[in-house]
Amino acid sequence: MTKRFGWGRLVLLALTLVLAAAWLAPVAWAVATSLKPETETTKLPLEWIGSRVTLDAYRLVLGTGGIVKWAVNSLVTAAVVTVMTVLFSAMAAYGFARTGFRGRRALLAVILAGIMVPPQVLIAPLFAEMVSLGLVDTWWAIILPQVAAPLIVYILYKFFADVPPELEQAAFVDGAGRWRVFFTIVLPLSRPVLAAVSIFTFITTWNNFLWPFLVSTDPDTMTLPVGLANVVQGTFGLRYAQIMASVVLAGLPLLVVFVLFQRQIIRGVAHTGLAGQ
Amino acid sequence: MTAVAVPATAATPAEQARPRRRWTQHGMLFIAPFFAIYLAFLVWPLLQGLRMSLSSVNIAGTNDRFVGLANYAEAFGDPRMWRALWNTVVFTVLSTVPLVLLGLGLALLVHNLRFVQWLWRLSFFGPFLLPSAVVSLLWLQMIYPPEYGLINGALGTDVLWLGDPSTAMWSMVLTTVWWTVGFNFLLYLAALQSIPAHLYEAAAIDGASAWHRLRSITLPLLGRTTALVVVLQLLASLKVFDQIYLMTGGGPEDSTRPIIEYAYDAGFTGYRIGYASAVSYILFALIVVVSLAQLRLFRKSEEPS
Repeated sequence: MTKRFGWGRLVLLALTLVLAAAWLAPVAWAVATSLKPETETTKLPLEWIGSRVTLDAYRLVLGTGGIVKWAVNSLVTAAVVTVMTVLFSAMAAYGFARTGFRGRRALLAVILAGIMVPPQVLIAPLFAEMVSLGLVDTWWAIILPQVAAPLIVYILYKFFADVPPELEQAAFVDGAGRWRVFFTIVLPLSRPVLAAVSIFTFITTWNNFLWPFLVSTDPDTMTLPVGLANVVQGTFGLRYAQIMASVVLAGLPLLVVFVLFQRQIIRGVAHTGLAGQ
Repeated sequence: MTAVAVPATAATPAEQARPRRRWTQHGMLFIAPFFAIYLAFLVWPLLQGLRMSLSSVNIAGTNDRFVGLANYAEAFGDPRMWRALWNTVVFTVLSTVPLVLLGLGLALLVHNLRFVQWLWRLSFFGPFLLPSAVVSLLWLQMIYPPEYGLINGALGTDVLWLGDPSTAMWSMVLTTVWWTVGFNFLLYLAALQSIPAHLYEAAAIDGASAWHRLRSITLPLLGRTTALVVVLQLLASLKVFDQIYLMTGGGPEDSTRPIIEYAYDAGFTGYRIGYASAVSYILFALIVVVSLAQLRLFRKSEEPS
């Protein structure tokens, strides 16, 4: 009995190891290629390590500057989208959960219906709107449509609706106004759920491609995915070590963040992915 | 709600009404910032899209004439539109099956191996955190190429993975599974962790084998999660664009072009925003049908419990 159990575990472990190796292989191959001298990147038979390990590709990629600028653009736009989304969504969710005004239910229904609208089907009219607002090639064109995320309002609405109102009532009795209660009591109480939706929003925005790709044609406003897509279209020619160095540099930030904050990120993604239901 | 601070002593009717009204106004103020952005950048383009889909407007905003249903008629009469719609459906079916089953399988494996969980999670979920452009560049330039690509190089084969219409869609599915299975894996892992341990202990005392415990406890309890994962995956796969656009550009011979790329081509390469809006609305209709099916599904599954 114990022996069979042991064998079973061993088989499971072996299977997991093989699958994990398969999943890591493409990334490992990108790293390996980026560290080879350019002349050896397409050599056959394949070798994981070239005749020497060199950081030349990284030096060249970082030296041309594009990737650093795109990373900064990504960081700024993703951070602004995250702050605006979480703040405005939390306010709206609190408004729906805790105040009463005429038309509250109708407005909530209008917002919840929006969860069904995928941003991808809005590209044509949204682009026309950005043209008429004169916002093409600005950060606001990238940022504003991504803040209109009804799913986050819904998640926070469900959360606020389940919080017992006694704490807030105590503060009201002490003479605090609604805004003070919201900022000093409700928001601090909601830190876990706010962290979860912030992480989710940041990751989605950081990685978003189609919309930023449409509204940024100027290399100065491009986000990291958009800048890289231009690399796909041949700015680097066929310099594989450099392309893979760009791939590694562009993929690295979120992976490092993931290793550092694994628990929070998993909770953020799983919670937001599930809580939508 | 009754605790809006109104000093009970000094309450003339007028003073009573004022805080009550202010309380209501504040509700509006809380909602206003989000609602303004929501109206401007979701509701407005949605309505404009419907209007534009009935017009011949181009990307410069000119030639904006009402053409009735002509755009829809043209779309439904265009074999390339049908091809793109078909590609989208094929991709959705081909990708959803392995993404759900493998997500479940990986979660069961990792859940049962109770050590170095961080390493397994990093391996299987890590790719999900990569931008689509990173994934596309990597697979396009170093994994799929004939000869020196990792797959052909390791297997000693010389397959044109992306260049052959009979393998291109399968290659897109493979890349997508590698890239995004981590999301379903995480959802399943969270569901597995929420199954109470005493259920398994009781079964173990009764002498149930591991296989029996899996079949009679774990899988039934994952039913709701599976329904959720399937619907989320269907919706995500129907919206496929990035990796196909970046890796094959829809080719070879239109064999991978999804419907969003067809709309993108019409609007941003052909400058026909009106026609692109009509095509987008066709996809939107499909997505609404799946979403409504989802709503029904979950309402039903919530009722008995």
